[in-house]
Amino acid sequence: MKSIEEICNILKDKFPDYEIQLNTEYSTDNFLILKSENLFEIALFLRDNEETLFDSLMVLSGVDDANGEKKKEEDGSETINGGTLSVFYHLYSIKLKHKLTLKVSSPRENPEIVSVSSIWLTADWHEREAYDMYGIRFLNHPDLRRILMPYDWEGYPLRKDYKNPEFYQGMKIPY
Amino acid sequence: MGLLDQEFLDDNIIVTRTEDLLNWARLSSLWQLGFGLACCAIEMMATSASHYDFDRFGVIPRASPRQADIIIISGTVTLKMALRIKRLYEQMPDPKYIISMGSCANSGGPYWEHGYHVLKGIDRVIPVDVYVPGCPPRPEALLEGLLKLQEKIRSESLRKKV
Repeated sequence: MKSIEEICNILKDKFPDYEIQLNTEYSTDNFLILKSENLFEIALFLRDNEETLFDSLMVLSGVDDANGEKKKEEDGSETINGGTLSVFYHLYSIKLKHKLTLKVSSPRENPEIVSVSSIWLTADWHEREAYDMYGIRFLNHPDLRRILMPYDWEGYPLRKDYKNPEFYQGMKIPY
Repeated sequence: MGLLDQEFLDDNIIVTRTEDLLNWARLSSLWQLGFGLACCAIEMMATSASHYDFDRFGVIPRASPRQADIIIISGTVTLKMALRIKRLYEQMPDPKYIISMGSCANSGGPYWEHGYHVLKGIDRVIPVDVYVPGCPPRPEALLEGLLKLQEKIRSESLRKKV
């Protein structure tokens, strides 16, 4: 069983050139912030290394950081330009009984993050959900389709600046 | 009711109107499309089970819309499901009836404002005969809805669906 500080040090020893940042400023569990381009290699290492052995991805969830430039529209709605969308990975080691949370961000205008579905199969549907709700594209995903919304749906409903459409296939949506 | 207008001495003959006979037959065997959506479907299943016994009103779940007379919209109707419900409804033979069960099917329920994915009332897609309020309605309420529907069918005419 390892603490997040110990795991962070293991990663920094193994990948001295990669930017790995330990975030402790929230009252939730602390988490590591990684760069998108290093994610796959680090994730694979975390799963296979004997000291970490993260054999289980508990959940993978998208987040709209809403940290871009906000603009009020005339109709009262809000649009966001710039900033990031993020993905959180909650890992658990069934063998060693320890947990780890990772965060990876990607620019809102072109959100692309490499898929970890070949490392943990759990990620397959979770990444499809994050794609469905936030429009984050997961590179190398075997089947990146919407999972909940209809395939012909436009927009990504859980983005903070999402606007409800008026109609879908001739059905009025607002009350 | 008018079914038993007159009884003859021969005990095999009853005189009645065709309309009354047909209505009586229809309302006494409302075969239901076996179709559930959300928590309301749990109450609907409870209504079908032995304690409340939907079967005593002639309500039997059928696995195919071709054999069904009634569809109970029991739960939240998402826009994705609404298209499929419409198709199921169109596959049912006439005469066909709809009970809208619970707040979600009636008006969108708790999703009325922020439910981007929810149809705000099944009556926007298919015509509803009886609305059953509740979230979810208890089995007694669904039974009441069915009795209301039977009342409605009893007053139908051959020429026109009421």
